[in-house]
Amino acid sequence: MDYFLTEEQKMIQDLARQVAEEKVLPLRAELDENEEFSREIIKHFADADLLGLGIPEEYGGMGMGVFEQILATEQVARVCCGTAVTFGSGGLGAMPIIYYGSKEQKQKYLPDVASGKKLTAFALTESTAGSDASGIQTTAVRDGDEYVLNGTKQWITNAAEAEIYCVVAITDRSKGPRGSSIFVVEKGDSGFEFGKKEKKMGIRTSTTGELIFNDCRIPADRLISREGMGFIIAMKALDLSRPGVGILGVGLSQGAMEVAIEFAQTRIQFGRPIIAQQAVQHILADMATNIEAGRALIYAITKYIDSGAKNISKVSAMAKLFPTDMAMQITTNAVQILGGHGYMREYPVEKMMRDSKILQIFEGTNQIQRNVIGQELNKQFSSRKNKG
Amino acid sequence: MDILVCIKQVPDTKDIKLDPETNTLKREGVESIVNPFDMYAVETALMLKDEWGGTVRAVTMGPPQAEQALREVVSYGVDEVALFSDRAFAGADTWATAYTLAKGIRKLGDFDLIICGKQAVDGDTAQVGPGLAQQLDLPFITFVRRIVKIELDSRTMVVERLMDDGYDVVETSLPALLTVVKEINELRVPSLKGKMKAKKIDIPIYSAADLEVDPDSVGLTGSYTQVIEVFAPKPRGNRIILEGETEEQVEKLLNGLTKDKVLSVKID
Repeated sequence: MDYFLTEEQKMIQDLARQVAEEKVLPLRAELDENEEFSREIIKHFADADLLGLGIPEEYGGMGMGVFEQILATEQVARVCCGTAVTFGSGGLGAMPIIYYGSKEQKQKYLPDVASGKKLTAFALTESTAGSDASGIQTTAVRDGDEYVLNGTKQWITNAAEAEIYCVVAITDRSKGPRGSSIFVVEKGDSGFEFGKKEKKMGIRTSTTGELIFNDCRIPADRLISREGMGFIIAMKALDLSRPGVGILGVGLSQGAMEVAIEFAQTRIQFGRPIIAQQAVQHILADMATNIEAGRALIYAITKYIDSGAKNISKVSAMAKLFPTDMAMQITTNAVQILGGHGYMREYPVEKMMRDSKILQIFEGTNQIQRNVIGQELNKQFSSRKNKG
Repeated sequence: MDILVCIKQVPDTKDIKLDPETNTLKREGVESIVNPFDMYAVETALMLKDEWGGTVRAVTMGPPQAEQALREVVSYGVDEVALFSDRAFAGADTWATAYTLAKGIRKLGDFDLIICGKQAVDGDTAQVGPGLAQQLDLPFITFVRRIVKIELDSRTMVVERLMDDGYDVVETSLPALLTVVKEINELRVPSLKGKMKAKKIDIPIYSAADLEVDPDSVGLTGSYTQVIEVFAPKPRGNRIILEGETEEQVEKLLNGLTKDKVLSVKID
């Protein structure tokens, strides 16, 4: 399907595909098996200028929109969803700085992010704060020219690998969600340590772990924006990054479908390739139709976001919800088409099926996405003039 | 370090086909690529530039569409490129090609190092690199698999040269010409900025007149070798691999040879 991409957009898409096929594909099975994160792969993306796509040009990036970023992410996810998670979460980690950082903060951090010298991570989740972000326990207390952080973040993508962490902490508990703030914490700051590295079901080529703040002292100028803005910034960053999770579902599904088609064309049963069976054709037809629908949805929504749209919570939730539920179904069906072969690690579809489950869970579970969409609909239809 | 890389545009060998009537390469619909070995030459040059600074230039001799190959290497980080193109260059053998490249390279200036791929995948001669070095009166080392060290002060370099049964360690003065094998490095990926530059870059084209070549030394006229015939080798006959104990194998072999009437006597 031709989405009438500009020459530049086509270039980004082709390049991301090339890096994924040349540098990620030969390693994905081994990295997945060993639960290994490869900094070298990330460097290839940085060298290709793809890590700085969303970073403004004045800070060494390419100054592209969300649409161009998801075009690249889709191609990475087609080959390896775990690698695409690392690729994409670097974007989420940088977003608070890009959108709310001071000029000094941008100058200090963004060029190194664009060049791949430093990786970023976004730290919101805690053991008591998952879907309910108000359960955050981590605190930041002002002490002269410093803030002192205490608490533990869990399930943080790029933990221990990243150099720059955007951490959400409570600065005034009495104000509820309005009492949280975001700070930049650097690897090596005193009192900042890494806890256990998680063993995961899927996306094992990305790394997930614990951040421990034990009287962690950071200079006061690490505060992003001002005190109390934590929740707003986090929500904005998540709104902008959710289509990036949705596109993982599209890319992953595309990769799974391609494997399934190739297998169905070559696997002979009852004297002919199994793709000759309508039962198989129908599964593939549903896959292709859903993938195209998911892709079209995300492309349209990200273009809408890039147009400067203000209230994007509903559409960004939709862009995450549909393609990720779809990916779980498509990857499961891809394993089904490959049958016994699909269940074996020799073929990539079992990895794809394991990788897809997380997409329905992280960056807001798909139940939370439905809440967001439902609440927005309620709001929209409560005021008569905004109907439709 | 100022480095020059020679590249060649070749048909993608993944889908090469011969016309059974004429026994020539079918060119229609076959995609052109940069000769894969030349990409390792480009990567070697870029790695040396990363380490020592300087510039990397690439040249090719070929038809106007060969500029696509030059744009491709720009996307990987090559700074400047030049195309040597003229109808008079057509049909050149390796000698005429080396002569033309040498004339062009002299026009472009001085280089510390010239790097070529070990051979092109279409012609497979591996002669242009050494021929070019002779024309330029440079020392050359073929089949380089590793650059051990470079000393810019004394203008020398040491490399490892891949051999059938191991490798040679060779030292040369600079400037020199190397041809490289694929073992020398792993290709990088192009960059977005490189691709954007590649799209826009102005590629100077040098004609026979620009290069002030001797008309009798270029193209088909200047070629010492003439292609009389191109043909596909006959497919090999069936092969049978005998298995089992030695005596069993001898028995099978004898039976087979007797059956096919290679041997007419039955030996007891």
